[in-house]
Amino acid sequence: MSRLIESDQSSISRRILDAFRLDPVMVMLLLILTAFGLLTLYSASGGNMDLMLRQLTRLALASFFLILLANISIRLLKKMSIGFYLGGVVLLLGVIYFGEVGKGAQRWLDLGIIRFQPSEFMKLAMPMMLAAYLSDKVLPVGWKDLLISAGLIMLPVLLIAKQPDLGTALLVGSAGFFVLFLAGVRWKILMVLGLLVSLMTPLLWKFALHDYQRGRILTMLNPENDPLGSGYHIIQSKIAIGSGGMYGKGWLNGTQSQLDFIPERSTDFIFSVFGEEFGLFGALLLVLLYLLIIYRGLYIAACSEETYGRLLAGALSLTFFVYLFVNTGMVTGLLPVVGVPLPLVSYGGTSMVTLMVGFGMIMAIRSAKRFLR
Amino acid sequence: MSDSVPTSSFFATRHYFVLTLIALLFSGLIARSAYLQVFNQDFLLDEGSQRQLRTIETPAYRGTIMDRFGTPLAVSTPVDSVWVNPKLVLQDINGLKKVAKSLGLNFADTVDNLKQRADKEFVYLKRQIKPELASKAVEGVEGVYIQREYSRFYPAGEVVSHVLGFTDIDNMGREGLELVYQDWLKARAGKRQILRNRKGEVVENISQVEAARAGNDLYTSIDMRLQYITYRSLAKAIKYHDAKSGSAVLLDAKSGEVLAIANLPSYNPNQHKDKSAASRRNRAITDVFEPGSTIKPFTLAAALDKKLYSQDSRINTAPGYMKVTGFPIRDFSNYGVLDLAGILRKSSNVGASKIALSMQPQDLWQAFKNYGFGEHPGVSFPASSSGYFNHYSNWQPLDQATMAFGYGLSVSTLQLARSYSLFANEGRIQDVSLLRRDQPAESTQVMQAATARMVLEMMEEVVGPKGSAKQAAIPGYRVAGKTGTAKKSSAGGYLEDSYVAVFAGVVPVSNPRLVMAVMINEPRQNGYYGGIVAAPVFQEVLSHALRLMNISPDDLPSSGEVVRVATRAIL
Repeated sequence: MSRLIESDQSSISRRILDAFRLDPVMVMLLLILTAFGLLTLYSASGGNMDLMLRQLTRLALASFFLILLANISIRLLKKMSIGFYLGGVVLLLGVIYFGEVGKGAQRWLDLGIIRFQPSEFMKLAMPMMLAAYLSDKVLPVGWKDLLISAGLIMLPVLLIAKQPDLGTALLVGSAGFFVLFLAGVRWKILMVLGLLVSLMTPLLWKFALHDYQRGRILTMLNPENDPLGSGYHIIQSKIAIGSGGMYGKGWLNGTQSQLDFIPERSTDFIFSVFGEEFGLFGALLLVLLYLLIIYRGLYIAACSEETYGRLLAGALSLTFFVYLFVNTGMVTGLLPVVGVPLPLVSYGGTSMVTLMVGFGMIMAIRSAKRFLR
Repeated sequence: MSDSVPTSSFFATRHYFVLTLIALLFSGLIARSAYLQVFNQDFLLDEGSQRQLRTIETPAYRGTIMDRFGTPLAVSTPVDSVWVNPKLVLQDINGLKKVAKSLGLNFADTVDNLKQRADKEFVYLKRQIKPELASKAVEGVEGVYIQREYSRFYPAGEVVSHVLGFTDIDNMGREGLELVYQDWLKARAGKRQILRNRKGEVVENISQVEAARAGNDLYTSIDMRLQYITYRSLAKAIKYHDAKSGSAVLLDAKSGEVLAIANLPSYNPNQHKDKSAASRRNRAITDVFEPGSTIKPFTLAAALDKKLYSQDSRINTAPGYMKVTGFPIRDFSNYGVLDLAGILRKSSNVGASKIALSMQPQDLWQAFKNYGFGEHPGVSFPASSSGYFNHYSNWQPLDQATMAFGYGLSVSTLQLARSYSLFANEGRIQDVSLLRRDQPAESTQVMQAATARMVLEMMEEVVGPKGSAKQAAIPGYRVAGKTGTAKKSSAGGYLEDSYVAVFAGVVPVSNPRLVMAVMINEPRQNGYYGGIVAAPVFQEVLSHALRLMNISPDDLPSSGEVVRVATRAIL
């Protein structure tokens, strides 16, 4: 498939892409996805042009970062990894002591000009750190390296979980885990880890989770328990998606969405707007688009001949998948409600930039392979 | 420059493991979507509709009730009712306070009331107030809403309230014509489907399920000009004579339509506190009384129809009393020998009794029955009475004698007026109507035309200079009528000091157009005779009515008289 698209090497657009060291397949897929996203956001926000303008600005900023990152050599990237990681941990500690409180959680750091979420930054710093650390070791990973890696993962994850921000902690943790997994942890160790986690689940349930987090899980299992309270989000969302049917009610015609029944419909629950208006076919198409992006990311990772890049690109692509799965799972009632946006479609700034930076890195990895050869 | 698939077997295993995992999770997601969107779609679509779609009623006008010329008597005016959703409004106590204040409600009581109904979603706060007031009250407060309604207004107030009746707050007819013609008048509320948002605001009108249909209008037979005059004259007489109650009925002699029907005491239908049971009755239709001497013309007519007497027959009423099976029947004084007109003029009980006793009981009974006594007057009205009239097989000779001068049977004022229309209508009887008639009603000949004419002319003498109802005379017109003054009965016999004063008459005699019956119950001051108490009401109403209806005078003896009468009419 990629060969088909890349066959016309003399075209002007191809030259421009090459000049910026961009991956044409990925760029095309991302363009289609963001176009879909803007259309949906237009409907979900009720045609709010202010909001659309802000989203476009963010998109431009994020694209700039993407191009910037795509042009950084991956050796520089690898060198910066430790610094990024340590800086991120310091910022996370800063949040705990100086952070701003918003919606019951302490996530924001006010740096005078911009407010930003260090946890978001950690989504990139974590896989970079792990990949940098593990790429110099003998693979598969031995016990010592495994323990150090686990420590490197757990420190920021715990700090983020304490804010509390379960969704981001999950994403950061899985980013780290994916590096570890791709670097090659023995299947035996993985099984032991899996067993350990499942044994610890009751303890986590009892001691590690906040009441509201326990509540969200219970709500997910049976939202009809409290239809006007905690189950409200998920019931309304299921109704919206379900009433879309096979082909949907049409763009701008979703009654649940347009009539303001779906909460957070331009941010975390935007997939229900999409599902209601474009139906099962639309949802499948959107999911297929994501799948292609992820596949392309994994393909680039697989093609990379350099361990750092391979691990980083693989981990970033898989984290993107977790993003998608957690969000759609939550909106369709498969997973509990955690604050994870639908990547590149939901309204919101920081995640958009982080994701685009991630794709920039993947493209840099792709170029590195080519230039190294 | 083309990419190549990695060959590292170790990495490849992971690669395929990851791809398989992703494929599995995606399958789960797709299965979930398909479950929601395909298999569960109907259920969830319905759930959505339940949240967004509502069918609401659009109110419509109840039909207007009008008099025979289209003057509105009962009209529906738009009003607003304020209702709340207790759950929402109790969260905004300050807003509720503002609403309660502008509606003039006690704040503490309102809160208590709403707390008791906190599980409901619809509670009326105040019903049927001015739209401006309602919209001002609910402005800017969440959970408070307005519902458009129509409330009934009766411009003529107590003047015609007994005929119209009234509706309850839900626009259901409760009395009078409002009740009888409920189905005809009632508005059919339309239904429309609306789309509403989470706050309950109407976002879009989806479809009109059923168009709202206003109720039908109703034309009554009432002529409001005559109704006002009748009510006013009756009220004046009742006040002057300090009477308990009274009724008056004015009929169009030819069509049987009720042109005016008034009762006292009355009530104002626009004020709910006014509606006591005693004041609410349309007595002219529902209440009966012993008609007394007003029945004598019918006694004469029955005997004339049977050819037992003729116009020239003489009857000796001396010595002014007689005994029937031991019971005395008295005249006011000894009138000696009287002709038939004389019996009416002097209102001789002895003469009437002698005539009645000369007939077969069955014949007398049948004649009275035909004349409408004990018969329903044919009007559609709640609790309309047929009066009391005993079957002849139960009669004693005394009953037959007293029947002749109006005791032992009872009639309503409306029935009496209807029976008098026989004399105006050449012996034909028809159902009376409270609705305007566009075609003549079916009528039945129950008295020979010649007899009707003869008795009518005899009744002229009653209003004449030697009669008992001189006060019923109307200059320029030939008036016929008969007074009645009946003792009221109670358990155990007749009361000495309570009377019913009655007058019934027809005008103008040469071509009768109007019939009126006036009944005044228990006059206690300034006399109690029918000729003194009831006849002036007849005179006042009909002198106006004849002029308003443009009926030409039929009693103009000389040209000089014409000028005088005409001048009076103008003044």
